[in-house]
Amino acid sequence: MKLLLKIISFIGLGLSIVPAILVFGGHMEPDTCKNLMFLGTVLWFLTSPSWMIKRGVAKEE
Amino acid sequence: MEKNKSLVDRLNAVNEYEQEPIPGNKLKGWRNFLGTYAGEHTAGTEFVIGPLFVAHGASAIDLVTGLLLGNILAVLSWAFLTAKIAVKTRVTLYYLLEKIAGKKFTLIYNLVNAGLFCFLAGSMIAVAATAVGIPFDMAMPQLTDVLPNSLGWVVTVFVVGAITTLIAMFGFDQVSKFAMVAAPWMIMIFIAAALAVLPRLGVTEVSSFWSVAESTIWTGVPLEGQSKFGFWHILFFAWFCNMAMHIGMADLSLLRYAKKWQQGFSSATGVFLGHFIAWIASGILYSLFLIESKGSLTFAPGPIAYSAVGVAGAICVVIAGWTTANPTLYRAGLAIQSINPKWKTWKVTLFVGLFTTIAACFPALVMRLLEFVALYGLILMPVGAVIFIDVYMLERVGLKANYAEFKGISLNWAVALTWIITLSLCLLLNLVFGIEIFFLGLPGWFIAVLVYLVASKMNQKK
Repeated sequence: MKLLLKIISFIGLGLSIVPAILVFGGHMEPDTCKNLMFLGTVLWFLTSPSWMIKRGVAKEE
Repeated sequence: MEKNKSLVDRLNAVNEYEQEPIPGNKLKGWRNFLGTYAGEHTAGTEFVIGPLFVAHGASAIDLVTGLLLGNILAVLSWAFLTAKIAVKTRVTLYYLLEKIAGKKFTLIYNLVNAGLFCFLAGSMIAVAATAVGIPFDMAMPQLTDVLPNSLGWVVTVFVVGAITTLIAMFGFDQVSKFAMVAAPWMIMIFIAAALAVLPRLGVTEVSSFWSVAESTIWTGVPLEGQSKFGFWHILFFAWFCNMAMHIGMADLSLLRYAKKWQQGFSSATGVFLGHFIAWIASGILYSLFLIESKGSLTFAPGPIAYSAVGVAGAICVVIAGWTTANPTLYRAGLAIQSINPKWKTWKVTLFVGLFTTIAACFPALVMRLLEFVALYGLILMPVGAVIFIDVYMLERVGLKANYAEFKGISLNWAVALTWIITLSLCLLLNLVFGIEIFFLGLPGWFIAVLVYLVASKMNQKK
């Protein structure tokens, strides 16, 4: 489960940057990029706290 | 109730080593510092500083070389000044300052620090408000604005300020965790936003970036009413924008956990992600805004980021502003609380939040952020010089280090005089010789060193 959440988080992080690279290369429309980046943002914030915060606390301990 | 208990326990655990050196088993490795610095220095301020370089007419070559060298000097300051003393003493700035300067001086230092924290938090509340106001078609502040320009602006700032204050009162722990989660995403959004708008500036391949950067983005021509920034401005700004943290020694509190002083070099992740990539990225966004708005003087990071990458950009501005404002507000509250520890933390934070929110209504706080950041570092710098001399030199010249502790006094006049004389002479250099605030930190440090040595000699002889 944790691995799945991590994979989704990194997909979210990827969606926050890869579409912009494609816009720069002329392979994607800016509006599509904006939508994908928003999706990436949602994925990142929905999934990453569960494993990042737990890891942070464990580290402190 | 159980949750509250564990929060109190955790806060107590954090404070455990405030008054004693860090034990060996609590020291932290490289990864911890690399992550902390990367997260701390990609913040809301980056959305303002990069564009202000454009507004001040920095040229592309001055910007890149100035930032590279200034950031390297900042990292060297962190490693050779702060980290070396942190590893040698293993105590916080406040604890060390109390031993050197006494309790009364530390109290005054805390209050000054709190005031500066309030203004910094206020500017970040204002930055977040520019993004929150987008759906309401709020009139955005102008680069030349000093006073609030509309009722909508004041209301939006008060809403953001109220939420920030409430969270600082009740949920600091959660905010710091949230900031940790947001950090990698924010860095991605900064880079993505700049990349996505490059074609609109005429950059369609990597090889054409530099020519567009020189001719269109950082043209070297300041906007109307703005002073001109050259190489030296940028170098000194990059070096001294965190002067309070490195030369001013505030990061002793963080680096005292380092296993070895070389971990001070991990500050490179912060400065090169936040103070290089993010400043360049936000400068690109602002430059595009200037071109598309035909030189509009509107200065609002929210709509600029929204125009580049949509909702994700606007969210990034809100989160960046909020995660910077929140801990800053909390720290300001703690600093004020040190006057009377019996005051309830939440009441102090509420008062500080109200003051900060009122300050945030004035757009000048954002528009003059470069000057404010330079002033912030300058004001706290003499204390860092005092600590440096106290740790390395005083005993070598036959004087007592940690003099306040040694004599059992609450105010070491040598430190107080050093602070007053250094800042007075810096003011004189500014008013009489016209030396800009960005350059005062360097002569100021040497003045502080000299004054502290002479004042200590006189004070201890007496």
